[in-house]
Amino acid sequence: MTPVLEDDLQAFVDDVLDETRRAEVVTYFAERPEEAERVRAYRAQDVALHTLFDPVLAEPVPAALVARPAARRWRPYALAASVLFAGVAIGWIGRGSLAPLPQAGSSLARSAAIAHAVYAPEVRHPVEVGAEQEDHLVKWLSKRLGTDLHVPKLAPLGYDLVGGRLLSGPQGPVAQFMYQDTRGQRLTLYVSTQKGEGRDTAFRFSQEDKVSVFYWIDHNYGYALSGEIKREALLALATAVYQQLSP
Amino acid sequence: MDNHQIIEHIPRLRRYARALLGDRYAADDLVQDTLERAWNKFHLWRPGSDLRAWLFAIMHNVFVNQVRSKRSEIEKTMEELPVVAVRATQSDSLEIADVERALRALPDEQREVLLLVAIEELTYGEASRALAIPIGTVMSRLSRARERMRRLIAGAEPVVPLKVVK
Repeated sequence: MTPVLEDDLQAFVDDVLDETRRAEVVTYFAERPEEAERVRAYRAQDVALHTLFDPVLAEPVPAALVARPAARRWRPYALAASVLFAGVAIGWIGRGSLAPLPQAGSSLARSAAIAHAVYAPEVRHPVEVGAEQEDHLVKWLSKRLGTDLHVPKLAPLGYDLVGGRLLSGPQGPVAQFMYQDTRGQRLTLYVSTQKGEGRDTAFRFSQEDKVSVFYWIDHNYGYALSGEIKREALLALATAVYQQLSP
Repeated sequence: MDNHQIIEHIPRLRRYARALLGDRYAADDLVQDTLERAWNKFHLWRPGSDLRAWLFAIMHNVFVNQVRSKRSEIEKTMEELPVVAVRATQSDSLEIADVERALRALPDEQREVLLLVAIEELTYGEASRALAIPIGTVMSRLSRARERMRRLIAGAEPVVPLKVVK
């Protein structure tokens, strides 16, 4: 038999030896109780490490970690740099037009899809304020977004309001409303300020992994309806939302 | 868009960072810096290759570059080890607080290998790629980490926090 080396013992602890080698190591232990004891201690360490740190897996992920880079905390130097850059940019293209960034809309869809992916599967805390306090929810989110929000009613299409939450988006606060049908299928409506975009857009569709998103920009607000449902079904719902929000 | 794929890995990145640093806030900062870099460099990730190992490799680089330079601050926070709920009877009979203290006493490079293999269950090859070290180095660090932990837990060695020499 090939001599049992330290690497074999580590691989034994990690349970990655093939059957034959494993049996050889076990035989080796029979003659070396102190080595068997050492390996037992290593395995106990692994168990203890899991006991210590596995609970982190069950913690809710802080919202700041799932936001896109632009939505993350401001670092003082980054802010200073962007202010400086904006100053230079305005000076530089002062005579021309400041065209909106072409991907403004698609980043809206992406942010909305990520927010959907994070909160739609939540079982215990899908929303911060539930539909039973709809008045409070609307007042609160309207105040934070600086506009009078209306929550579209999708019940005629089979989706009841679950509630809503406040999120942080690339351009400031974002309201997310969640709806659910009788089978538990969830939709989220993401409403964000689009300062400086200025330009209204038509309905656009984006597929972000499993999440389908219809989005549009209307009067400096971006709207995105996300769901893991078929495009046609989502279009009908998005049309209903659009009609109710733009009377 | 594959961002969801990255998001799926966040809980495990947080677990590893917490185990690596001990402090909850420092750990989430490390995760945040790692994600920022991952999102910026996502086009460099080869679809089909192991995204998790790629993310751990990024975290390792961020850790080495940034966290070590803030070491003295972290040592301060390490004095207040997080309170961890421990079940009354540990079947493994190890005092959990002793394990945590021993883990903190390991040199960074040994702790990284031990955690990637023992908690994150990376293969030796994956750990070798994530840390950009030869597989033989993974094995020797793993062996030293486990033995050092064992001696510390058994009380054979006093736990002296390492001083970092710049």
